[in-house]
Amino acid sequence: MNNLLLKVEGLKAGYDGLEVLRGVDLGLSRGEKVVVMGPSGSGKSTLLKCIVRLVEPWSGRIFLDGEEVTGREVDLRKVRAKTGFVFQQYNLFPHMTVIKNLSLPLEVVKRMPRSEAERRAMNMLKAFGLEEFADKYPLQLSGGQQQRVAIARALVMDPVLLLLDEPTSALDPELRREVLDTLFEVARQGRSMLIVTHELDFAEAAADRLVLMDDGLVVEEGDPWELLHTPKSDRARRFLVKIARSAQSVA
Amino acid sequence: MESLFFVLGIVPGLVNGLWVTLQISTVSFALGIVLAAILAPLRIFAPEPIPLIVRGYVEAFRGTPLLVQLLLIYFGLPSLGVKLDAYSACILALGLNSAAYQAEIFRGAMKSIPETQFLAAESLGFSQGQTYRYVVLPQALRVAAPALANELITLVKESSLASVIGVVELTRRGEYLVAYTFRALEVYVAVALIYLVVCTLASQAVKQLESMFKIPGYEKVVA
Repeated sequence: MNNLLLKVEGLKAGYDGLEVLRGVDLGLSRGEKVVVMGPSGSGKSTLLKCIVRLVEPWSGRIFLDGEEVTGREVDLRKVRAKTGFVFQQYNLFPHMTVIKNLSLPLEVVKRMPRSEAERRAMNMLKAFGLEEFADKYPLQLSGGQQQRVAIARALVMDPVLLLLDEPTSALDPELRREVLDTLFEVARQGRSMLIVTHELDFAEAAADRLVLMDDGLVVEEGDPWELLHTPKSDRARRFLVKIARSAQSVA
Repeated sequence: MESLFFVLGIVPGLVNGLWVTLQISTVSFALGIVLAAILAPLRIFAPEPIPLIVRGYVEAFRGTPLLVQLLLIYFGLPSLGVKLDAYSACILALGLNSAAYQAEIFRGAMKSIPETQFLAAESLGFSQGQTYRYVVLPQALRVAAPALANELITLVKESSLASVIGVVELTRRGEYLVAYTFRALEVYVAVALIYLVVCTLASQAVKQLESMFKIPGYEKVVA
């Protein structure tokens, strides 16, 4: 139990009366990297957003790092400061330089002095080979570069869990590679990650566990290699054929 | 030719009035912008009935003539025990009126900030206030800048209403000169020209400011 960083129990959620998550159970141990796959509309992204309450769960419970996220007394800002969230569309702040995108959250949320925040931000940029962009503005960068900055921004807060919502889906095939390389590097650092993606490469090579979702439920989970090559359910098989095809068409 | 010399001759006298005009319009603009920066987020984020009250305020000030508001504040408020001098009454009326318009400009600008910007800030652990201050406001101001500039120019012109309650600004100075010289055409042409020059300069200055604060790379996305 102690080793469990994230625990989701019977999570239901949706939008405008439409139920998207229909009772999801999920666990993630410290240091574990879990990939979530599923057809669009299966509720993957909603699941991620519920974990930090960017979407309000309807029912069910979520525990993160020993604290109930769904509890009434929870300090949401603390929960969110403990997690890093990477969005499909990067969502950098366009009116701030790249380095400011990283240092401002440290100053504002972690109350770090500016010089210290900037030093840390610069170190993080250097770690990902992004230091040459420090004084550029996000919209002056390519999509791939922006997403790498977004990953660096999530990591500079030193989160206990990194949540990534289709970090490569908005990118052209030739830009996906550089983001994937960054993701592999983050995975190597041993960080706990919950990542929604269709990148089979990443799932096979970097993930500890693969979770397949469909229609608001977890349909199958297990060792990525086994699941991808010998799926047990028909649903999983059909889905894997579909993404294998779409992966081929982009490659 | 004589008229031209006459106009040139009265300009220095009118400039004294211009100084008051500029004071009234900039101070009331500032009052308006501060109020608007508070009213707009209240209308969007605050729990009911606050947004309804803000809306009532906006509608009340946009739906009645500025001149009536000015008269109400200057001549009406004293019966409630609030007595203001003409200059303050004028700034208050223009400021409150402009706040209503500016709040709407801000609201529109804030609505144009994508939802994802709020999500990004929240996901990092920003409070609502911090999100507003660091993420929404700086971007909304840039979006709102052209409309705010128009508002400032409108204020310069509307400040001429202050002449009605006896503030000696540009228009009132003109009236004095007409009473003194009986040359209404030349005097009011001179007054109009001074307004025109000030408003043109102001809109140029705002264009400069806009390009100074433009977000690099933004035009690529918009285009």
